[in-house]
Amino acid sequence: MIRFEDVSVTYDGATEPTVRGIDFEVPEGELVLLAGPSGVGKSTVLGAVGGLVPHFTGGTLSGRVTVAGRDTRTHKPRELADVVGTVGQDPLSHFVTDTVEDELAYGMESLGLAPDVMRRRVEETLDLLGLSDLRSRPIATLSGGQQQRVAIGSVLTPHPDVLVLDEPTSALDPAAAEEVLAVLQRLVHDLGTTVLLAEHRLERVIQYADQVVLLPAPGEAPLIGAPADVMAVSPVYPPVVELGRLAGWSPLPLTIRDARRRASGLRDGLADRQIPDRTPPPSAPLPAPPAPRPAPARWRRRGKAQQATSSPAPYAAEVSSLAVRRDRVQALRHVDLTVVPGETVALMGRNGAGKSTLLSALVGLVAPSAGSVRAGDAVPHRTAPRDLVRRVGLVPQEPRDLLYADTVAAECAAADRDADAAPGTCRSLLSELLPGVADDTHPRDLSEGQRLTLALSVVLTARPPLLLLDEPTRGLDYAAKARLAGILRALAAEGHAIVLATHDVELAAELAHRVVLLAEGEVIADGPAADVVVASPSYAPQVAKVLAPRKWLTVAQVREALA
Amino acid sequence: MHPAEAAQPAGSQAAQPAGSQAAQPAGSRAAGAARVGAGGTLSARASAPTPAATHRHRATALHPGAWWLWALALGTAATRTTNPLLLALLVTVSAYVVITRRPHTPWSRSYGAFVKLALAVLLIRLLFTTVLGSPIPGTHTLLTLPEVPLPDWAQGIRLGGRVTAEGLTFALYDAMKLATLLICVGAANALANPSRLLKSLPGALYEMGVAVVVALTFAPNLIADVQRLRAARRLRGRPDRGVRGLLQVGLPVLEGALERSVALAAAMDARGYGRTARVPAPVRRTTAALTLGGLLGICAGTYGLLTAAGGTYGIPVLLAGVAAAVGGLWLGGRRTVRTRYRPDRWDARAWLVTASGAAVAALLFLAAARDPAALHPGVVPLVAPALPLWPAAAVLVGLLPAFITPAPEPVSAKEPS
Repeated sequence: MIRFEDVSVTYDGATEPTVRGIDFEVPEGELVLLAGPSGVGKSTVLGAVGGLVPHFTGGTLSGRVTVAGRDTRTHKPRELADVVGTVGQDPLSHFVTDTVEDELAYGMESLGLAPDVMRRRVEETLDLLGLSDLRSRPIATLSGGQQQRVAIGSVLTPHPDVLVLDEPTSALDPAAAEEVLAVLQRLVHDLGTTVLLAEHRLERVIQYADQVVLLPAPGEAPLIGAPADVMAVSPVYPPVVELGRLAGWSPLPLTIRDARRRASGLRDGLADRQIPDRTPPPSAPLPAPPAPRPAPARWRRRGKAQQATSSPAPYAAEVSSLAVRRDRVQALRHVDLTVVPGETVALMGRNGAGKSTLLSALVGLVAPSAGSVRAGDAVPHRTAPRDLVRRVGLVPQEPRDLLYADTVAAECAAADRDADAAPGTCRSLLSELLPGVADDTHPRDLSEGQRLTLALSVVLTARPPLLLLDEPTRGLDYAAKARLAGILRALAAEGHAIVLATHDVELAAELAHRVVLLAEGEVIADGPAADVVVASPSYAPQVAKVLAPRKWLTVAQVREALA
Repeated sequence: MHPAEAAQPAGSQAAQPAGSQAAQPAGSRAAGAARVGAGGTLSARASAPTPAATHRHRATALHPGAWWLWALALGTAATRTTNPLLLALLVTVSAYVVITRRPHTPWSRSYGAFVKLALAVLLIRLLFTTVLGSPIPGTHTLLTLPEVPLPDWAQGIRLGGRVTAEGLTFALYDAMKLATLLICVGAANALANPSRLLKSLPGALYEMGVAVVVALTFAPNLIADVQRLRAARRLRGRPDRGVRGLLQVGLPVLEGALERSVALAAAMDARGYGRTARVPAPVRRTTAALTLGGLLGICAGTYGLLTAAGGTYGIPVLLAGVAAAVGGLWLGGRRTVRTRYRPDRWDARAWLVTASGAAVAALLFLAAARDPAALHPGVVPLVAPALPLWPAAAVLVGLLPAFITPAPEPVSAKEPS
């Protein structure tokens, strides 16, 4: 159905081809997973299927890509629209119209299908994707999972033979991801649709794949094969595969079920071992942030509360019976939370459960409508930004929002000025966290993981005792994630309190001392990571599912116990 | 078991916090059921069970053009009178219809913005009258501001001085007229999605229409970007208010908007935007000739109508130009392969809604001609305005849409976040 014949793509201005020697075929009705570390050209390969590479992106494509017998050299993307449906990483940038029903019809209107056919297919697709309750809803009001389903539905209605998806689940909570993957599986099984998808979170998709195309490194030829065979040599692998490699199972298990069947020996072997402890180490408290300077006139009016309290606070963050309303929606109600220095807390919950709002309240971006918030000794929304950065720092969901300058060096210099730190503080932090970034690189040209690290260095320049991260692993591969986990663990050991909002259960298992589950703006569970995540099938990491009933969370713990 | 029904349990089961192991068999069970029902093709039932309310809504929604014509007619009626009671009645009529008939969508919230804009117009007008004075001769002096002496070249402009009740009343009446017009436009915006209106464009203009709609939806995105980036400034320890903050986020915001438009353009291209049918060369040339000639004709005709000399050839040239342009548009439409999904129908109710608006406008025109005094209450001498009975009754005709159009679907219990 899709055939790549010795394809290599060189973008304008690049000296080396981004991908080289791509040569494989996707048979009709298969679900093929494109895997590999960041920056190996997965998106380029996906774009080449729909003809967006090179017709839209520019650059030179040598070799030949054919889809359903049509050569993408002679067919523009719009002429492939009836055979290829493409959904990019961000569903919001995909939508042309503003309601669900119109969006589903848009592609068919462009192709000129008859009105009665369009009507029938819209109804079918609404049912297939479980969207019929949302048919007249404006797209902007949908949740992330719903938007992703609408985006998939909007390319399904023209009945394409091929569906191309770039990271369809990375922005979704575990339950919404299951929802989207169940739909994809139905399409493959019932309608014989060919699906080619790229995804970093292999633990979510690997069990659905018929074949895996692995791009091991930039410019290297791909490796194609059955999932278990490819995983045996892949540089990226989900925890269940890592556990299988550790235990020496062959063939490697890809699903929890396979792994559990083989794990009885391992479970017995671990029965008398102690699960490595993960309580926060007693840490030397960080130097107290300097007292707020005399505030400028317009802040003085609002800053009364903060001047009254100068005694050091026992908690890095303290939230009590907090309620927040945003756009007429009650985003948080009666939230209580305390974080002590050196502790790492993971906030989890559905898309739209209020995780980001809670983080925003902790940095004073939103004012509470009831209750109180304190970050160290400051009331965030009443503290001047210059003083607040020394108490609490947030790395937002899109780290790029934090970066304004043209070069890494200029960004670091600005960060030193903003934080009143000694010149060079930020740059040395960055070199420590991420060696080998040139001073004159544009922040836009960094990879997702590098950009995140730069934003983290910028935030850390002010040495805030409380560090907040919103969805830090979106778009990161396993290596970048492991590096981030290492950095955060070191920061926690230094005495930073860390709160991270994440959908990534593996990251939470890796890092968090405590997990707080939010639902509809309320805290529904708050306790030690092992207790909270293991109790919920959605939020349990793979290792916990395989080695249940004991509460092993990560492969690293198992490795340590066996050593 | 129908695939439609099979899809529901699969979706709901996966939506609950079930483990990956639980969801997989659920998905394939549903898939198996669907295979039986659909028989290998996608020819499932067309009329799948859908919630009656939402289904009915789309089918019976009033043509957006009818709402716009109704609202613009009310606005036109407002230009015929300065009677504050009549104007207030017009605003009340449009507000009642908006409140009872507007759908629960983001764009329908724009009504509040228009009302605020109208109030701002009112206030600014009164402020100007107070400061700059008014040409209306008045005897009731309310207060006297210190007058600023101005040089000779600024003759005819006055700063400060007497503020009379007559001048203020006149300004108030005049500003109310403009405010009513604005509120009527706001009503149209709230009742009918402007982008739905653009969907009713002829085929040759459709692509342009989409471009306009996309541009329209970019404004809210841009505002959201500005807010997000200003918030991010706070995270860097810089003040998040003030003009400088706004200027410094300007470049990143534009960069983001550009990136998003490129991504959207790619998505639109991949979904078949701009596919054209092959049209023989003679037809293409004729289209171009007709469109260009038509536009030239319209220009020449309008010029002829407006100048004193061209009274004779003005109208025929204008008509010929319009005819040629319409022909060009119609021929141009043959290049597009697009079809329309559930186009809005212009039905009897649309006629009635339009007619009710037109009736208000026509009756007020008539009343303005018959009895100008009642529609323009005097300010010198100052008298209390009286409500003229017949024009007021005419304005009430504008309430008709509140009774003949379908009620909006009730807002869902779960407010979207």
